[in-house]
Amino acid sequence: MTAADNGAASAPLSAAQPCVRIEGVTKRFGAFTAVDDVSLDIQEGEIFCLLGGSGCGKTTLLRMLAGFEQPSAGRILIDGQDMADVAPYERPVNMMFQSYALFPHMTVQDNVAFGLEQEKLPKAQIAQRVEAMLSLVRLDGMAQRKPHQLSGGQRQRVALARSLVKRPRLLLLDEPLGALDRKLREHTQFELLGLQKQLGVTFVVVTHDQEEAMTLANRIGVMDRGRIVQVGSPRDIYEYPSTRFVADFIGSVNLFEGRLTEDEADYVRVACPELPAPVLVDHGVSAAPEATVWVAIRPEKIQLLRERPAGTDNHAQGTVRDVAYMGDMSIYLVVLPGGRELRVTRANLQRKEEEAFESGDAVWLAWDAASPVVGTG
Amino acid sequence: MSRSRRSVLVPSVMAFGFAFLYVPILAMIGYSFNNSRLVTVWDSANSPTLKWYSALWRNQQVLDAAWLSFRIALLNATGAAILGTLAGLVLARFGRFRGRTLLTALTTAPLVMPEVITGLSLLLLFVAMEQTIGWPAGRGVTTLTIAHITFSLSYVAVIVQSRLAGFDVSLEEAAMDLGARPVTVFLRITLPLIAPAIVSGWLLAFTLSWDDLVISQFVAGPGSSTLPMVIFSKVRLGVTPDINALATLMVLTVAVGVVIATVLLRRQERRREQDLRLAAGAD
Amino acid sequence: MAARGLRLGRLLVIGVPMGWLLLFFLAPFLIDFKISLSEVRLAIPPYAPLLEWADGKLVALHLQLTNYRYLFTDSLYVSAYGYSLKVAAISTLLCLLLGYPMALGIARAEPARRNLLLMLVILPFWTSFLLRVYAWMGLLRNNGLINNLLLWAGVIDAPIQMMQTDFAVYLGIVYSYLPFMILPLYTNLEKHDGTLLEAAADLGAKPLAAFLRVTLPLSVPGILAGALLVFIPVVGEYVIPTLLGRPDQLMIGRVLSDEFFANRDWPVASAVAMLMLVLLVAPIVAFQRVQSNAAEAR
Repeated sequence: MTAADNGAASAPLSAAQPCVRIEGVTKRFGAFTAVDDVSLDIQEGEIFCLLGGSGCGKTTLLRMLAGFEQPSAGRILIDGQDMADVAPYERPVNMMFQSYALFPHMTVQDNVAFGLEQEKLPKAQIAQRVEAMLSLVRLDGMAQRKPHQLSGGQRQRVALARSLVKRPRLLLLDEPLGALDRKLREHTQFELLGLQKQLGVTFVVVTHDQEEAMTLANRIGVMDRGRIVQVGSPRDIYEYPSTRFVADFIGSVNLFEGRLTEDEADYVRVACPELPAPVLVDHGVSAAPEATVWVAIRPEKIQLLRERPAGTDNHAQGTVRDVAYMGDMSIYLVVLPGGRELRVTRANLQRKEEEAFESGDAVWLAWDAASPVVGTG
Repeated sequence: MSRSRRSVLVPSVMAFGFAFLYVPILAMIGYSFNNSRLVTVWDSANSPTLKWYSALWRNQQVLDAAWLSFRIALLNATGAAILGTLAGLVLARFGRFRGRTLLTALTTAPLVMPEVITGLSLLLLFVAMEQTIGWPAGRGVTTLTIAHITFSLSYVAVIVQSRLAGFDVSLEEAAMDLGARPVTVFLRITLPLIAPAIVSGWLLAFTLSWDDLVISQFVAGPGSSTLPMVIFSKVRLGVTPDINALATLMVLTVAVGVVIATVLLRRQERRREQDLRLAAGAD
Repeated sequence: MAARGLRLGRLLVIGVPMGWLLLFFLAPFLIDFKISLSEVRLAIPPYAPLLEWADGKLVALHLQLTNYRYLFTDSLYVSAYGYSLKVAAISTLLCLLLGYPMALGIARAEPARRNLLLMLVILPFWTSFLLRVYAWMGLLRNNGLINNLLLWAGVIDAPIQMMQTDFAVYLGIVYSYLPFMILPLYTNLEKHDGTLLEAAADLGAKPLAAFLRVTLPLSVPGILAGALLVFIPVVGEYVIPTLLGRPDQLMIGRVLSDEFFANRDWPVASAVAMLMLVLLVAPIVAFQRVQSNAAEAR
């Protein structure tokens, strides 16, 4: 019994029941554990991104949502209904495959209509919905073409149309932007966002590309070796990584190890052997005194100065080793006396840079107490 | 690739190889127009002639045998195509199941098994079955068809299996994801896409049955002689000119068929390339 | 509910071809084995039943190994088996020597010509096996094309005896089985990555060295597949030795056929078949291993 039966969106659920609930799901392939005790709630109407490197289990988790794999332990509930032993063709879930998986022997029209035909809808209604969907994804006039007569971007839109025309509760997307070139990728990202907002479908996206995740997601779940390491909004993940892995995985970061010298409720001080001055952080951290912690500072949060800054914390001195000019910003590699390299980025705010830093220049680095993140994990 | 030694050796061996393959056939065709009964002694006074072709037309034995072979080949090709496709599907798609090794062995062994062994064993089976349950009664079309299907289905299975292996599995998953049950997936997605493989399997099975001699000799009955059996009994006694005529007809039929198929395939390839170019221009 | 129907469907799809093959491919070998242990009789069918019943009770089990003893002691059989294995081995080697360069040439040709060349290789395969062997008869006879040409050219004074010789048998076998060697080899060679040879050349390897150290080792699965596809059936070849071969030294396929049709000795014929099967079990298993490796590699 699928929610798409009457063709209308299902009645709004109470906020208490999530669209998807994953409870303690584990998946083992022989001796190898691909997904390890994952629990997750996905809310209706949100775009949730599973982000991680290859082999982290994100695709396996996605396939379990689709019904192509069954969990070894735990359960998956969609709209409160347990999906154990529910076949893929009986779920209110549709998937957009990484390779698009368009049926090569059918026209665009037939491809998009296929899912509706399986629902045994009347022909006229099918034709109408297909036409409307093709318009929505801007493929009018392509209905009679076959997949091999379409470009990559067009094929993706057919795949999208084919899944969305069934008005699923949940749309799963497997690396949706991977096959597209850079310009097309940006364009498609916004198209996807627009479609999702318009149709209100819950998206679960799997990707290894953090840029993709950051652009698309309302919430991101970072995965590593089968486990969910952190769940949060893109901002949370980026600015407040809960573990070293997450800090390192997202964006670039300068990571240090240090010893907790002062631990108060509203600030901590960390002594890092690689830095000349202690790091003062404006939030507390739960750790034992004198514990070993990691400190992460994002490159854009570090300032480049000609003169020594005031204060006893949060600074370092070094030499510029390399400058990479990226157009909108520049990346500086600064070497500290101990040999440690720091990465600093700075936006090129003015066209004529009077005081540009060049390779070989001596430089002071400084950051404020709100910038570093400290953690124990 | 350097142009020195290698590029002389390989093409000359190839030329020799192709000559080797075709000279006997061409000679045979040539002799079919020879008036002399001695076949290979050219009777230049009265040749070329079509008299052996017309003699063929009047040879009832040959015509009956050809008709029998044709019917059996037709039944065989269809039966082998069905069973072979099922076997190929199972081996390519069904993953691990109890008896998989057995099925794999049973489908690959007939590809290499010497025909004298399979022929003899099948006949013994038919005799034993007739003794115990009364069927098949005597040897004839039924036993021939069963025997031919048994060895042909392996060829179809191998062709279908390798086609399915090169198939994008996500197509079938996508169909299931869109709500199609397994049978629908097979009929609307898998089958249309492996149809060319099944057709070529059908043709191969037809040819194998049409040409089969050894197994047919074992399992054919007194009243049923297939065309190869008739040819063989004539040929054992020596070279005969009407066989040359028959051979020429058969070779030409096959040659025309293969050439047509290749031309059609080439045209399909070219159209596909055009479509790709059309697509690349867009978006 | 749906799951049970699915499981039944699966069982059916597996069961139908499996059942057919078990009944019509495997069971015959068992019956063959049973009859190879029985005694020949002048009856229809011409062998003694294995089990003797009286009043519904099993009275006697007639098993005998004399048929097999025959095979090991009578020189006709021993030499036939040996000769068959020898012919098969040499033919396989000849097919490899001729077929490898051809497969290599086709794989290296430009894509447009490749299809044409493949078609030319496959075409003889689709025409009748029997007729192609017959074609050689026309060429090899004492007054056949080859002798006529040589006589006419003055190279020889009297026709050379080519029919009914080992030479004719090898010729016939290589001629008929060459496509079986070329096709698996070609399938393997065609998949080779051209950049590997470029890398070898870049590292200083001459073409012959690159071939021996890169192409040849990578083509071994194709060589094995082709070799087994030729060797195993040739051991039991019947048509070629009968039409082209020596009357004094028979191949085992001919022996089996004679025992069966001429002597009406079904038990001995069965024993001959069984022993042939035993000899070929190892190559057949090797072939299946090669096939499944190739399937997995895809």
